[in-house]
Amino acid sequence: MLIKRASDLKYSDITPREDYVNRRKFLYGLGLAGGLALAGKGVADLVSPSIRAYANTKLSASSPNPFDTTEKVTPYQVVTTYNNYYEFGTDKDQPARNAQKFVTSPWTVSVEGEVAKPRKFTMDEILKLAPLEERIYRHRCVEAWSIVVPWIGYSFSTIANLVEPTPKAKFVAFESYFDRKQMPLWDRAGIQLPYVEGLRLDEAMHPLTMLTVGMYGETLPNQDGAPVRMTIPWKYGFKSIKSLVKIKFVKDQPPTTWNITNAHEYGFYSNVNPNVDHPRWTQAREVRLPGYFKNTKTLMFNGYGDQVASLYNGMDLKKNY
Amino acid sequence: MNSILTSKWTKVVVFLACLIPAGLLIRGAITGNLSSNPTQFLEHATGDWTLRFLAITLAISPLRKILGQPQLIRFRRMFGLFAFFYVFCHFCIYLGLDQVLDFHGVWADVMKRRYITVGFTGFVLMIPLAVTSTAGWIRRLGGKRWQMLHRLIYVSAAAGVIHFYWLVKSDVHLPLEYAGVISVLLAWRIYNWYTNPKRGTAIPKMERKSSAPAISD
Repeated sequence: MLIKRASDLKYSDITPREDYVNRRKFLYGLGLAGGLALAGKGVADLVSPSIRAYANTKLSASSPNPFDTTEKVTPYQVVTTYNNYYEFGTDKDQPARNAQKFVTSPWTVSVEGEVAKPRKFTMDEILKLAPLEERIYRHRCVEAWSIVVPWIGYSFSTIANLVEPTPKAKFVAFESYFDRKQMPLWDRAGIQLPYVEGLRLDEAMHPLTMLTVGMYGETLPNQDGAPVRMTIPWKYGFKSIKSLVKIKFVKDQPPTTWNITNAHEYGFYSNVNPNVDHPRWTQAREVRLPGYFKNTKTLMFNGYGDQVASLYNGMDLKKNY
Repeated sequence: MNSILTSKWTKVVVFLACLIPAGLLIRGAITGNLSSNPTQFLEHATGDWTLRFLAITLAISPLRKILGQPQLIRFRRMFGLFAFFYVFCHFCIYLGLDQVLDFHGVWADVMKRRYITVGFTGFVLMIPLAVTSTAGWIRRLGGKRWQMLHRLIYVSAAAGVIHFYWLVKSDVHLPLEYAGVISVLLAWRIYNWYTNPKRGTAIPKMERKSSAPAISD
């Protein structure tokens, strides 16, 4: 996508290549933070969108991981062209096209609420908070399809512990980035935006719950929630909020987007549960993409019951769907 | 214009054109280009084409009148049968790939889930229309009764739109667009009956033996 007609070539079209390399260093944390941060800002101004869209940066992460599933990893092509990201269109193939120009640098995540040390984290800081791990998780969408993804990141508890939640903190509320200018299809989404999600504190602090910065060895593509998202593998996919900008520790159960949209169909917990059907389809089976047959048995807690079932001891999961 | 409409070759061309969506889907299945969720893609595509062919079929009568082209009636049965062809594919994909031939599961869906109840009803109501689409059946039933029976297409079209509307998670724009088109086509009939109470929809005079292809003759 670097090839341009000669008449279109300007200085600003030539430089980004170097800046783009600089940006890699920036993301790797190899350069001088200050100067390169400027370069990073420069990239946002100079790089033509098509270039930035393809600037997936390699991330080095440890593997294998004790949480890894041994199932076959879903092809990258599938995971990057079949997305629910309503801010960029409600058709599955729309986010891959419409999120190409989405500017994800610079980026900060504000961590606030019932915490002793509220603060804002830059993307650069988030990438260095803890050693990056690759974790191969099953991902089960509420729409009864599933994929297997090698995410990159670390347990959410890492960032939570840094801000020191107070005893008042019982839940964590998450918020996605929202910008009408960059997301012109927002008004067709049919959901309230910005997208918000939430977890009980013990769910958020569970080691499986992941703050995710990459997948398939690279930074996240825009349509998959760049630059940073949540991954909660035992819950339906919509709980794993994308393009995270705010994390707030709160006293009461926070509102969540799909629950606001249709409380009858989407509960706060939304744990993967083959015994509780969606009102409009069975949740007992799923189609493992890119397959044709919806004949994969859905597992309780998406197969993570050994790790998380104890979180819900004594709870009626039919009522708390 | 009239000679084009009455030409048997026009019918052949239209027939082949109606098969293009099916052809593209088969090609997509062979080349692996039906998105990352091919079953859902096939369900949506065949559902879309069912609604489109229902709309085209329902547009024939208004167009005959408005354009003054009564010969358009020659294509109505073909379009109606293509609507049935695509809804039949739609149902088979749901049955075979989505439900993996679990008939019990299908019945549970039909009874339990209103969008499937209404969609299934619309589909079932189209079966007698497809069966009685021949000249022989028009004779056997008599024009008046045949016409009454075939008004079931109004129910099926409405059911199809409601099925789609209830199916989507939040973005109802597309179902509402279909609802708009179908509503206009049905409203025209009400208007037509009101202003022209004697003349209902046309009962086709079937040519006795046509060399033009038809699906279920």
